[in-house]
Amino acid sequence: METVRKLIQIFFTFLTNGYVLFPWTKNIYQGPFKLVCSPGLNCYSCPASITYCPLGSIQQLLLGIRFSFETGSYFFGSYVFGTIGIIGSLTGRLTCGWLCPFGLLQELLYKIPSWRKFRTAKPLKYIKYFMLVFFVIVFPLILTDQWGMGKPWFCKFVCPAGTLEAGFPMLALQPDLRATVGLLFYNKLFWMFLFLFWSVFSCRFFCKTTCPLGAFYGLFNKISFLQLHLNEENCTDCGACFQVCPMEIQFNKNVNSAECILCMRCMNEACKFDAISLKCAGLPLSQIASKKSIRNQTS
Amino acid sequence: MLKKNKQIFYRFIPLTIFLILFMIGIAVNEPQRVLEQAWNICLDCIGIG
Repeated sequence: METVRKLIQIFFTFLTNGYVLFPWTKNIYQGPFKLVCSPGLNCYSCPASITYCPLGSIQQLLLGIRFSFETGSYFFGSYVFGTIGIIGSLTGRLTCGWLCPFGLLQELLYKIPSWRKFRTAKPLKYIKYFMLVFFVIVFPLILTDQWGMGKPWFCKFVCPAGTLEAGFPMLALQPDLRATVGLLFYNKLFWMFLFLFWSVFSCRFFCKTTCPLGAFYGLFNKISFLQLHLNEENCTDCGACFQVCPMEIQFNKNVNSAECILCMRCMNEACKFDAISLKCAGLPLSQIASKKSIRNQTS
Repeated sequence: MLKKNKQIFYRFIPLTIFLILFMIGIAVNEPQRVLEQAWNICLDCIGIG
């Protein structure tokens, strides 16, 4: 199952970054697919990206909200919030575990052998909510210049995916941009190297501590249609689920935690007692499958 | 059974809210704005804006 998940992650990375003509055009993709939301963290200024980044779009819409209202258009991010809200309502944080290219990169980095692997301190996990509320929503909205325009705070000062996927390739493709590299770029470079370096020692360090998109999807984990279910009668509290969990959750103590990325390693690799199962809208998926087959047999 | 139905019903509330938000976005032509933004190189994302 873990191999299937890895293959899906790789497939989605190439699907959302499928513009192979960029080395010749030396520019980003400007076709109609840019209307499609990338469910995971994938910078839309990456020359290979064919989708838009929800975090980047929300910030861009919010920072120009005054201008937009003055011109009679009411763009406040409802299309983008609606899109990621639908994804979150249906699948919770499944996107992080199965479809996010930056998540995949961190998981691969964690496979590099190191002298010690570290757990992430719990208070650090709250930073991502701060990022979501302030860096993605509040600061772009209220901290404006003399023209009433804000800044995309998360993209501008933090986002390591933007530096890696868009910064390096665009600087390589467009030499004119290199003259503008300054302190801001070095700041982003610092964050990118910090997150990538620490991913070798702590699995998905950026996802656990800083990713605002993960924080948003995580809010739906307890109410989403797709959820993991604990069968308390079968659970022996052995802690095997905690040992394999990349997000450091002991599933039986914190069912459908906001940190859970539904990678299902606890269900498929760890639990020997069938205490964990996957449910869709409260119904076990196996039950849904059997109901379907019964319906097919009767029709 | 009633508890199960209630659980399913509650899951539809956020889905409906975000579906409405999504429709509002389409109604005010926000996808066009998103598309225009995504077609331009975001210098802030690169770290030079």
